[in-house]
Amino acid sequence: MPLRYFRALTYLTMVAVSLASLPGCGVNKIPTLDEQVKAAWSEVLNQYQRRADLIPNLVETVKGYAHQEQQVLTQVTEARAKATQMQLPADILSNPQAFHQFEQNQAAIGGALGRLLAVSEAYPALKSDQNFLALQSQLEGTENRIAVARRDYIIAVQSYNTELRTIPGRWVASMLYPDAKVKETFTIAEQTKQVPQVKF
Amino acid sequence: MRARCACLLLSVVAMLASPALAAEPKFPVLSGRVVDDANILNPSTTMELRGMLADHERATGEQVVVVTLDSLQGYSIETYGYQLGRHWGIGQKGKNNGAILIVAPKERKVRIEVGYGLEGTLTDAISRVIIERNIVPYFRTGDFNTGVRAGVISILRVLGGNPTATAEPPASPVTRQFNPAASVGVQPKPTPVYMSRRAEWTILMLYPAMVIFWGLLFFLFQRSGGRSGNWNDGSSGGSSFGGSSSGGGSSGGDGGFSGGGGSFGGGGASGSW
Repeated sequence: MPLRYFRALTYLTMVAVSLASLPGCGVNKIPTLDEQVKAAWSEVLNQYQRRADLIPNLVETVKGYAHQEQQVLTQVTEARAKATQMQLPADILSNPQAFHQFEQNQAAIGGALGRLLAVSEAYPALKSDQNFLALQSQLEGTENRIAVARRDYIIAVQSYNTELRTIPGRWVASMLYPDAKVKETFTIAEQTKQVPQVKF
Repeated sequence: MRARCACLLLSVVAMLASPALAAEPKFPVLSGRVVDDANILNPSTTMELRGMLADHERATGEQVVVVTLDSLQGYSIETYGYQLGRHWGIGQKGKNNGAILIVAPKERKVRIEVGYGLEGTLTDAISRVIIERNIVPYFRTGDFNTGVRAGVISILRVLGGNPTATAEPPASPVTRQFNPAASVGVQPKPTPVYMSRRAEWTILMLYPAMVIFWGLLFFLFQRSGGRSGNWNDGSSGGSSFGGSSSGGGSSGGDGGFSGGGGSFGGGGASGSW
């Protein structure tokens, strides 16, 4: 009698274990990696947005000291407008065109900001302005966060794409997740933060 | 049969090797709250700093660590710093309330690396001010002990702590001019990958097969008397380093200090001298 109970218990345990093992055999790997890519992408967007939010303040501050640098200021403002106005399609991560458009817009902001910081070197009063210094270090920190977020995104996409294209994952994907597509990754090199030399 | 075995073995090896996709720099061992890999600090300074940092963690739960590096191994201090922070897992898991003062004397670089959770108090601008006003002036004269000590005191003051030593003036914190607003309206909603109805049915159909498989395995293990191995240990471990949460900081001295599993995203500021 007790033996029979024991057996029933054994089978119950077996069923429970097999239920629990379902996520262990890789069925959930693609959605998990997909979520990781999405989280990394949100962080990239978040940091780019943070940079875009810094720009109006920076432009205003520079304008106060160096209004004759109208051209560079306009370039920054225009690059920002272009990037923030871009409608990001829902499938941007698997849409090469939209993705590279996004990347180019952001690179344009990076370039324009680099030029702005370069010309600001010529204005000692601006360079010692507390507000400008704070903005500058925030901008540096944001550029660094962008770099980190981009690297994290690249790593996340790498493991997602690898899972999708190599054998066990490929079978799982074709069977269970026919909608899963290979995702795009960054190609333009990170904007070098080196400020061009200004000669007097 | 043998070929198949070899193939299986190879794929297992490939699976084990795959997480090491990105090349990482080498990191020193986290031997305590002050890791003097470059050998520039006096034992007395190290002891004093360890005490201060341990007190701060006991009071607030925040982990602040000082590290001096022998070499940056060709990486920029920014690239090295956040990876070191993640590797050590400084800060409590979930709160990410860690910060690291990194000194690389060979490259003449210094950086305050700030965990996600402290970015609001120890902002980039404040970190920059601490570096420029309280650290770099001493480093320029070659006085690493005073510079590091002043830096740590300033960091702890900004974090709201009350460091036991009273020496250098605190950094006059630059107020934050604006808060980076959360991104509005730009977040795209990528289509989530859901399982198709048919696929779910397939899995349900596979169940009996799996039950039999596990039953067999169970049976075999019972026979041989072996205990079932931990089949789940290959799952993604995340960045947690110290294992279970160790942020309590009950360690009186500095023995057994370990990171709590905090993460870093590139916050902070750097300087050079």
